[in-house]
Amino acid sequence: MTPDKFISIEGITKRFPAPGGGTTTVFEDLWLSLKRGEFTCIIGHSGCGKTTVLNILAGLDVPTEGAVIVDGQAIEGPSIDRAVIFQSHALLPWRTVMGNVVYAVSSKWSRWSKADQQKQAQKFIDLVGLTGAEHKRPAELSGGMKQRVGIARALSIEPKIMLMDEPFSALDALTRGTLQDEVRRICVETGQTVFMITHDVDEAIYLADRIVMMSNGPDAVFAEIVENPLPKDRKRTDFHKHPLYYGVRNHIIDFLVTRSKIFAAEVQGGAFDKRHVPVVRPGVPVAVAASTAPATPPMPGLQRSSVASG
Amino acid sequence: MNLPMGVRAAILTIAIFVAFMLAWHVATQGSGPVAQMDPEYAKLMGKTATQGTSAMPGPLDVGSKLWEHLRQPFYDNGPNDKGVGIQLAYSIGRVAIGYFLAVAAAIPIGFLIGMSPLMSRALDPFIQVLKPISPLAWMPLALYTIKDSHLSSIFVIFICSVWPMLINTAFGVAAVRKEWLNVARTLEVGPVRRAFTIILPAAAPTILTGMRISIGIAWLVIVAAEMLVGGTGIGYFVWNEWNNLSITNVITAILLIGVIGMVLDQILARLTRLVTFPE
Ligand SMILES: Nc1ncnc2c1ncn2[C@@H]1O[C@H](COP(=O)(O)OP(=O)(O)OP(=O)(O)O)[C@@H](O)[C@H]1O
Ligand SMILES: [Mg+2]
Repeated sequence: MTPDKFISIEGITKRFPAPGGGTTTVFEDLWLSLKRGEFTCIIGHSGCGKTTVLNILAGLDVPTEGAVIVDGQAIEGPSIDRAVIFQSHALLPWRTVMGNVVYAVSSKWSRWSKADQQKQAQKFIDLVGLTGAEHKRPAELSGGMKQRVGIARALSIEPKIMLMDEPFSALDALTRGTLQDEVRRICVETGQTVFMITHDVDEAIYLADRIVMMSNGPDAVFAEIVENPLPKDRKRTDFHKHPLYYGVRNHIIDFLVTRSKIFAAEVQGGAFDKRHVPVVRPGVPVAVAASTAPATPPMPGLQRSSVASG
Repeated sequence: MNLPMGVRAAILTIAIFVAFMLAWHVATQGSGPVAQMDPEYAKLMGKTATQGTSAMPGPLDVGSKLWEHLRQPFYDNGPNDKGVGIQLAYSIGRVAIGYFLAVAAAIPIGFLIGMSPLMSRALDPFIQVLKPISPLAWMPLALYTIKDSHLSSIFVIFICSVWPMLINTAFGVAAVRKEWLNVARTLEVGPVRRAFTIILPAAAPTILTGMRISIGIAWLVIVAAEMLVGGTGIGYFVWNEWNNLSITNVITAILLIGVIGMVLDQILARLTRLVTFPE
């Protein structure tokens, strides 16, 4: 196993039976590898198959074809080392906030004493800012609070890989910001490998090392990998002032607005190699020179810097 | 009037009750002595013919009878004259035993059916055929094989309460939200722990709804079953008092059967609320 391939998606295909017989192909023959400790975001239009990819990574769903290798081993079902934050928070309504988090902790460390399990759970409840709400049940929480319990539950088992399905989408801007900071801090500190789905371009630029662009379905593909050119120690308060920020942002938005729709034609044309998804670093050549910061950011040039080997 | 709904409903309830009682009282008043009759003949004819008294007891008769029973519910003067409390206790005891045996059978089997689509399909024909059989139809078979009327009525209670619980348990277990099961899967929770920590609490409201339907049916059936086998129980009491032509006692028993049925239903309703959590 090479360090470049902690997680390796190898030619996965997902088909569902279509209503009138036959099948619909959500995606076909996808290849992607993630490095250990890397934070990857995936962006794409609704219904293109992001959740399906994530469920396959989690082991909750099986691909029709292909396989996913994690740490040198093919996935054969879910693992407690891969924590999932669900799009629909998926809290157990009959358990309190504490009960929901303790459920995860006790699943991982069943030998621990009750007190130790509660202590561990409390640590993460505090972390997501739910101190004082430990004894509330999910029905008594707002949407954002529920999502935070889901985050606390996933973090509390200290997994090797975090799979997050739009974890912050239901939150207000303020809470979202704080939680993004916390998640980023925890991930950087613990060297967490993260695969996260988002619809928020700024969130992806702030959090991710690499942003995978997915084209529209059916027959969606990983169209492009955008390497984040912003410095690793970026801060939420000022990363958007960085001279390369607009280049990355415009590149992603351009993809979402226009290129994601017409990408299928490019794939049809046969020029596209699914095994070697193009990697781009928008704006890099202009970068250092432009750091003298003109009032209006220049439209940075786009350079295909390298090609990811599959 | 700006009284809250609850108060207005209560006032209306009382008004309807009073109106009903009055109507009942008036209807059973009687028309006074009819004609002169030979006293010997009058004795044979009874009060209906001689004094115009209605054969139907009025509310006051029933009220005083009820009071009599409630003051002394547990006397025992031999097989045909026991306090109504003793008779009710017999019935409740039979229902309790049959019902709990049914719970013990229906919930595990329902779990099995709910968890396994194969078992669900395999057992479905049996359930579909057995479910619509009137529980009393089993009585001769039960009496023949068990040879004990007391145990036979318990069996009949068992057989009538088992189906709603079985079907509801199977349905509740099969309908557990996939995302909750996925939580357990990603945490690598074993099958036994998953059954008790995810499936059981998720299916509990549906299971308890089945239990509530069952207790209602069981209480309906016990009266009929005891009329059939006789001996003891509130059903036997009703039948016995009918043979004694004591309509007052029959009506009193009917009232008590209704009240106990309501209490049993409310207990299960309470329990259902206790395990139901909104999302
Ligand atoms: N069980 C299923 N049967 C048939 N089609 C399905 C099933 N599950 C998903 N799909 C289809 O697969 C496609 C991808 O679904 P998926 O949930 O992965 O989308 P998504 O990218 O996560 O969308 P969103 O951003 O809205 O969450 C959709 O078009 C959906 O209709
Ligand atoms: Mg999704």
